[in-house]
Amino acid sequence: MTDTGHVPVSEQPLVAPSASNGLLGVFSRRYLLRLLVRREISARYQGSFLGLLWSYINPLTQFFIYWFIMGKLIGMAGRAENYAIHVFAGLIVVHFFVETFNAGTRSIVRNKALVKKMALPREMFPVASMLVSLFHVGPQLIILLVACLVTGWSPDLVGMTAGLLALGIVMVLGTALALLFSTANVFFRDFSSAVSILTNFVRFGVPMIYPYTLVAERFAGHTELYLANPIADGVLLMQRAFWTGTTDDPTVTALVHMPDHLLTRGVIALGGSLIVLVVAQLVFTRLENKIPERL
Amino acid sequence: MADYPKDTSIVVDDVTKAFTLRYHRTFKQVSVALVKGRDLSDTFNALDHVSFTVKQGESIGLMGLNGSGKSTLLKLVNGIMKPDSGTVLTRGRIAGLIATGAGFHPQLTGRENVYLNAAVLGMSEQETARKFDQIIDFAEIGRHLDAPVGNYSSGQFARLGFAVAVHVDSDIFLADEVLAVGDRPFKKKCMEKMQEIRDSGRTLFYVSHAAASVRKMCDRVIVLENGRVGFDGAVDAGIKYLKYEDENPLNDPDDMGDLDEELGADI
Repeated sequence: MTDTGHVPVSEQPLVAPSASNGLLGVFSRRYLLRLLVRREISARYQGSFLGLLWSYINPLTQFFIYWFIMGKLIGMAGRAENYAIHVFAGLIVVHFFVETFNAGTRSIVRNKALVKKMALPREMFPVASMLVSLFHVGPQLIILLVACLVTGWSPDLVGMTAGLLALGIVMVLGTALALLFSTANVFFRDFSSAVSILTNFVRFGVPMIYPYTLVAERFAGHTELYLANPIADGVLLMQRAFWTGTTDDPTVTALVHMPDHLLTRGVIALGGSLIVLVVAQLVFTRLENKIPERL
Repeated sequence: MADYPKDTSIVVDDVTKAFTLRYHRTFKQVSVALVKGRDLSDTFNALDHVSFTVKQGESIGLMGLNGSGKSTLLKLVNGIMKPDSGTVLTRGRIAGLIATGAGFHPQLTGRENVYLNAAVLGMSEQETARKFDQIIDFAEIGRHLDAPVGNYSSGQFARLGFAVAVHVDSDIFLADEVLAVGDRPFKKKCMEKMQEIRDSGRTLFYVSHAAASVRKMCDRVIVLENGRVGFDGAVDAGIKYLKYEDENPLNDPDDMGDLDEELGADI
């Protein structure tokens, strides 16, 4: 892989040509990964006039629906200060996850031209999908940041840690599920349909369009179950990073609207996601053999 | 691994690869099959205990009828597939074309595909940039370079794929019926390029049905028959062996010598 001077062949070892060390192999070939990410970004909006703008139109329309129907019409806005920011902070996390999960699940099937004819670590495709989704998070974060600054928000250390944890959880869990379901989708295309249904649940299973206090109130005693969902933790962490700071009294908001030990919960969620990632990699390695012939 | 000599390029040791034939895939089909007691699936061995070793710099002509396992073997050597049992080992970088054509993405332009394909083959950005003009010159696709390859003719597609593959500094070059598409001048150019590759001491693995071009390019022939090695040895004997098995007029012994014949026979 060196540019200068090809190593004489007699110096190189005899190896299995299909040898792959999974996700580690992906990150040792960053140049290829970068090309695939760029390809994925351009391919996702192939032939569309608005192109990349769609990735903002989609979450923004969702945001307005939630803000208007849930906030104004159903009256959730009364239960949470700066409801719009509450929703948008959650939406960034949810959208990042949903996009990674959906696109990641389809990634190997969509790239079958490459998968069938080239030898490259197949983990590349789900990972590239995650990175493309992460790339879309950037501008959304900037919009959120501007909105926060307008409402008089200032960053704090705990909040920033919480925000990074939130992104970390989604990156790891999203990659894990993308890996798992991208292979499953090769065997049965039903999985991509199942995933779109699953992701519907995600939107309503997190405290995004409703505040966490509502959950604590209605499901008193069962909140641990609710908080076992790493994406729910991710949403709360992101709200802790941006939303609480915009309220009149951030300390009180954090106490009232956030579950206790939020950061600890975040670290546990990240740890759990890492375990899922290891399992996903093991399953992927086992099934990978059959991918080229089943595509 | 240590028991192979230093000049071993490819080891294929007792390799078996089975494919599943799927009869029933939808819920409805599966339930009907279960009720009627039919088999849900059936497997066959595309490769059946195949063993051979190749020395660095050898050029192998891989021959056999359609469906005899040639492409599967090439995919195992390339690393796209893993054997179900047995081992495949290779030394150095591998480049080539698998199953008539490159792994191109139809939505990307020719230019983007060249970079992507080169990156998959292990080339860095600088290395690709340095060789880019050579690749494009060789492929002769002109201003189609910035059009999506999905719109290319099959000849253009194959030319670009071949151009990338031959310009990678590989130690092993795989060519699967490369000359099947493409016009005569390009076939001639490909043959010359492949001879150049062979003469530079790289291992060449050439799949072809054309006896004359195998005779010209290769110094050893392996014939696959239903996934087994039917013959492994000298070129002329291999071609004679194959002739025994099929009555394909394209492999007529009289087609040797003349370049036109030799290229024309490569279908």
